[in-house]
Amino acid sequence: MRPTRDDTWLLPWLGAVTLVLVWASLTHAHVALGQAAGFVTGFGHPWSGFDHVLAMIAVGIWGAQLGAPAVWLLPVVFPIVMAHGAFLGLIGLPLPGVEVGIALSALLLGAMVGGETRPKPVVAALLVGAFAVFHGHAHGTELPAGQSGLRYSMGFVLATGCLHGLGIALGLLHRWPTGKLALRGAGALIAAMGVLFLWRALT
Amino acid sequence: MSRRDRQHPWPRALVAGGALVLWPWRAEAHLVTTGLGPVYDGIGHLLMTPEDLLPILTLALCAGLQGAGSGRRVLSVLPSAWLVGGCVGLLAHGLPGFPLSALSLCILGTLVAVELPLPLPAVTALALGLGLGHGVLNGVAMQQAGTGVRGLLGSLAALVVLVALVAAGVVSLHQQWTRIAVRVAGSWMAAIGLLMLGWALRGGN
Repeated sequence: MRPTRDDTWLLPWLGAVTLVLVWASLTHAHVALGQAAGFVTGFGHPWSGFDHVLAMIAVGIWGAQLGAPAVWLLPVVFPIVMAHGAFLGLIGLPLPGVEVGIALSALLLGAMVGGETRPKPVVAALLVGAFAVFHGHAHGTELPAGQSGLRYSMGFVLATGCLHGLGIALGLLHRWPTGKLALRGAGALIAAMGVLFLWRALT
Repeated sequence: MSRRDRQHPWPRALVAGGALVLWPWRAEAHLVTTGLGPVYDGIGHLLMTPEDLLPILTLALCAGLQGAGSGRRVLSVLPSAWLVGGCVGLLAHGLPGFPLSALSLCILGTLVAVELPLPLPAVTALALGLGLGHGVLNGVAMQQAGTGVRGLLGSLAALVVLVALVAAGVVSLHQQWTRIAVRVAGSWMAAIGLLMLGWALRGGN
């Protein structure tokens, strides 16, 4: 069997590159109309709704709690299925109960994290995928006109990945007993927020 | 040479590359005197046009995941197809309104995300299709920019370097998490492509 190489030395380089990329620097020199602005708007959109943010962070935390392969399966499933939902929204296909679905996603995903529930990876992926459709549809119907579609999409997907990454990073606390408790508490909090979102969606 | 350096040549390559970039050299601000302006325009065009850049990178990721043989095949077929498509584009009049970038990203991104083993003819077909399609778009852009064949050659040079570096980098990945990171990148590309497709069908830009 061929011995595997240790690639962990790449981590500091990746960290440095990421730091440079996410460093907030305003460079609007001769921006073509709607080009860079499209990326910035797209990147900012997923952060603009608290219900979206909580649900996507919950996906990351839950993946980290479940471990491999769910830790990478869920963040792969969510953006792709969410893009399908956004596609439906973009072409004008209605989806009933979008806000209720988003609220339920926060509620149930928070409950999964809080209860440290361990279903089969396929079941977890199906659950996450089902909710991703609602999130995507909501985003798809809210996409602003007059901006570069590609750059908006790049920013949008990158921001979604960052939120999942944030959740996975928080999920690393799962290695320690106190961290496990903290994560379960965070899950309960997300579920409670989900109840609030659901109340607002239904009234 | 230390043992660590022998195992990992990247840090030394990065230092050498950085030194080369920072080396003081005469800046040819007016490249018309050298005749290389259109070549640099072509290089810059490819590197700053995500509509072309992202599908190329995704194909390189796909080829890298498939192994060294697929990487070599893409490296030989893609530039040739790009050149042929580019020449056609230089002679064409206007662009058809077809969301090629979106479709390329959807297909290639999905293939990267699922890491489906592909036979060599399929990889060849992907490289051929991508090279011809995006080559035509690039050729039309070069014609409109007035950079002509030299601009096309510049974009071709950038393409070869990019594909070689990215595909070789992915082939050399052995740790499972690094390959998973590539697959996650593929899923993001597919998602971007799908959003673009919806955007195009809605009638956006």
